[in-house]
Amino acid sequence: MTRAMARARPRLSAGSLPGRAAAALGAFARTTSGPVWLVLVAVFLACQLAVSIDGGVFLSVDNIRDMLVRSVALGIVAAGQTLVILGASLDLSVAYVVSLASIIGAETMADQESRIPLGILAVLAFGAAVGLANGLVITKLRVNAFIATLGVALILRGIIESRYSGPVGGVPDRFEDLGYESWGPVPISVVLLFAIVGTGWFLLRYTRFGNRLYAVGGEEQVAKLSGVRTHRVIIVAHVLCAVTAAITGLFLASRLGAGSPLVGTDGGYDLESIAAVVLGGTYLLGGRGGVLGTIAGVFILAMLDNTFNQLEVNAFAKDVARGTIIIAAVAAYSVRWRRRRRRESARAGPGQPAPSGAHALEAAR
Amino acid sequence: MSTRPAPTPEPPAGLGGSRAQQAASAAIAVARAVPVVWIVLAVLIVWISAASPFFLTPEGILAYLKRSAPLAILAIGAYFVLASGEFDLSVGSLVTVVVVVAARVSDGDPANTYPVIALLFAIGIAVGLFNGFCTTILRVPSFIVTLAMLLMLNGAVFLWTGGAPRGALADNFRTIGREGITGIPVIEEIPYSVLVLVAFAGVALWLAQGGYGRRMLAVGDNDRAAALSGINVSRVRIAAFVLSATSAVIAGILLGGFAGVTSQVGQGLEFQAITAAVLGGTLLGGGRGSVTGAIGGALVLQALFMLLNLYDVDNAVEQTVTGLLIIGAVSLAAFRTRAA
Repeated sequence: MTRAMARARPRLSAGSLPGRAAAALGAFARTTSGPVWLVLVAVFLACQLAVSIDGGVFLSVDNIRDMLVRSVALGIVAAGQTLVILGASLDLSVAYVVSLASIIGAETMADQESRIPLGILAVLAFGAAVGLANGLVITKLRVNAFIATLGVALILRGIIESRYSGPVGGVPDRFEDLGYESWGPVPISVVLLFAIVGTGWFLLRYTRFGNRLYAVGGEEQVAKLSGVRTHRVIIVAHVLCAVTAAITGLFLASRLGAGSPLVGTDGGYDLESIAAVVLGGTYLLGGRGGVLGTIAGVFILAMLDNTFNQLEVNAFAKDVARGTIIIAAVAAYSVRWRRRRRRESARAGPGQPAPSGAHALEAAR
Repeated sequence: MSTRPAPTPEPPAGLGGSRAQQAASAAIAVARAVPVVWIVLAVLIVWISAASPFFLTPEGILAYLKRSAPLAILAIGAYFVLASGEFDLSVGSLVTVVVVVAARVSDGDPANTYPVIALLFAIGIAVGLFNGFCTTILRVPSFIVTLAMLLMLNGAVFLWTGGAPRGALADNFRTIGREGITGIPVIEEIPYSVLVLVAFAGVALWLAQGGYGRRMLAVGDNDRAAALSGINVSRVRIAAFVLSATSAVIAGILLGGFAGVTSQVGQGLEFQAITAAVLGGTLLGGGRGSVTGAIGGALVLQALFMLLNLYDVDNAVEQTVTGLLIIGAVSLAAFRTRAA
C-alpha cells in the first residue's frame, strides 16, 4: 500500500461539510506544502530586509501587485506541471506550447473582438491535443516521459521556427484587459492564476482523479493492481498540463498584444516550471506534493527576482543565489521527509516488517 | 545490454514455404536480435550514401566520425550517469564554459595550451564532484541539482563575456578538434578527434565491463539492494557524475577547435547526449544500457543531421524530424523489449 493511498483513505470517508473543512485544514498543516510556506516567509523577510537596507521599498501595494502579475505566467504553467509530476511523469514541451498557443490565439482573434471566444477555444483545443499526444506516446507507446515530451517539444519547435520569426497576429483591446486591467485592486490575471490554482487544488483533494493521480505517482503497479486505469489518469494529467500551458500562452498574448514565437522559450517555462514545482515541495518522482506548495515556490522565485532587480545584482550572482536556494530548500525537504519516515516506522514498532517497495527505495535515496 | 544475435530458427522443411519466405523469416529473426540503434544507423547510412557517393569513401566516413566525436563522447558520459539512475543536464553549459574559459585564459598564446587544458579538467572535475555531492549526500534529485548547475554555469558565462566571448584559442589548442595525423596511406589523414573518441570509448568500455560497470548497473537497477549488498552507492554515483563532466570537458576541447568560440556552442547538447544514450538502449531511471549503444545513438543523430543537410532541409524542420525519429525509435525499442 502506498502512502498516497493510505493518506487518501480518511479523505474519502470524510462526512459533513464542516467536518470535511476541518479535515482539510488539518491535512494542510501536515501536507508537503507546509514547510514551503515557511521558506516563503523566511525569503520574504530576507528580501524585505535586504531591500530596505538598500533604501528601497519591498512591502508596498504596487510592488506586491507587480510581483503577483509577474508570477502569473509561470504560476499557471507550474500548476499544470505539478499534476504530471505528481503522476511520476513530466512535461518538457510546455515552453513551445506556450509560444504556439500565443500565436494561435493572436492569429485566430485577428484583432476582432467578436473572435475572442473562437480564439480561446482554438487555443484550449490545441493545448488539449498536445497533452493528448504526450499522454498517448507515454502510455501507449511506452516512451519515457522525458524523451516523449522532449520529442514533442522538438516537433513543436520545428513547426514554430519554420513558419514564424517575429510577432504575428493581434489581439483586440478588449482581450488585452486580461493582461492589464484590474477588478478593484486585484489584477484580472491574478484572479485567473488563483482560479487555476484553486481548481488544481480541488481536483487533487476532492476528486477521484486526484486520489488516483497520487496513487499512480506513488507506485504505478500497485495502483494498477488496485483497479486504477493508470493510463487514463496519466493521459488526463498531461492534457490538463498542456492546457495550462496554452492558457499561459493566451495570457502572454494579451500582455504582448500579439503572438510571439519566442515568448515561451525566453521565459524558460519548461525547466523553470519544474524547478518551481520541486521548490514547492513536490517529490520529483511522483506521489507526494500539491499545487499550493508549487504556487509558494513560484512566489519565492518572484520575490527573489524582484529583490535582485531592485538591488541591481548582476546576472551571475542572481543565478547562483537562485540555484543555491533551490538546492538548499530541496535538501531540507528531503531531510525532513526522511526524519518523518523514520519516526513513523519507529511508531509502527519493532515487530513491523521492514518497509517494502517504494518506501525502501525512498529510504535509499 | 546488447543482445547477442540468436541462432536463426530453421522452419521445418515439411511445412512448405518457398525459399524466399525462409530467407525473409531468417532476415526478420536477425533484425529482431540486433539492437534498434544499429538498424536505424544502417538505414540512414544506406540512404546517405545513395544521396551522396562521397560518403562511403574513407575520407567521407572519417569526416563523419570526426563530426560525431564530440556528441559520441558526451553520450558515453551520459550513459554512465543515466545507467546509475541519475540525470546530468549541466553538460551543455559545461561545454560552453570550457570553450569560453579556454579562449579567455589562453588568449591565443600557444604556450598556455597545456596549463589551460589542465585547468579545464580541474573545472570539470569540480563540477562533477559538486553535482555528485548534492545528489548523493544532500539527496537533492539530480535533475534539479544539474539544472541549477546549468543556470549557474550559463550565468557565469554571461557575466564573464557580457554576451560576446573575448580572447582566442591558440592554434595548437584548435589542432585537437581540427587536424589529424597526415601521411597515412589510403585514408591520408586520421583526425585527432576520432583518436580521442576511440581512446575515451576504450576507457569507458574498460570501466563498464569491469567491477565499476557492474556496480553502476546494480545501483541504477535498485539502489537499496545495491547498498544492502555492500556497494557504496554514493561513491558509484559521484564517479558517474565526474565521468560525465569529464566527457563534457573533452567534447568542449574538440568543439572549440572545430566550431570556434561562441557562447552558444554547448546549447542543447545535454538533451542531444541524453537522446543519443536513450536511442542506444540506455534505460532512463537506470540499470540498463551499454557504451557501444550510446556511441551508436550519437552516430544515428549525427547521420540524421547530415542527411537532412544533404536534402537542404530547413533547420527548423530538422527539429521536427528529429523529434519524430526519437519518439519512433524509442517506442520501437520499448515494443521489442516487451515482445522479448
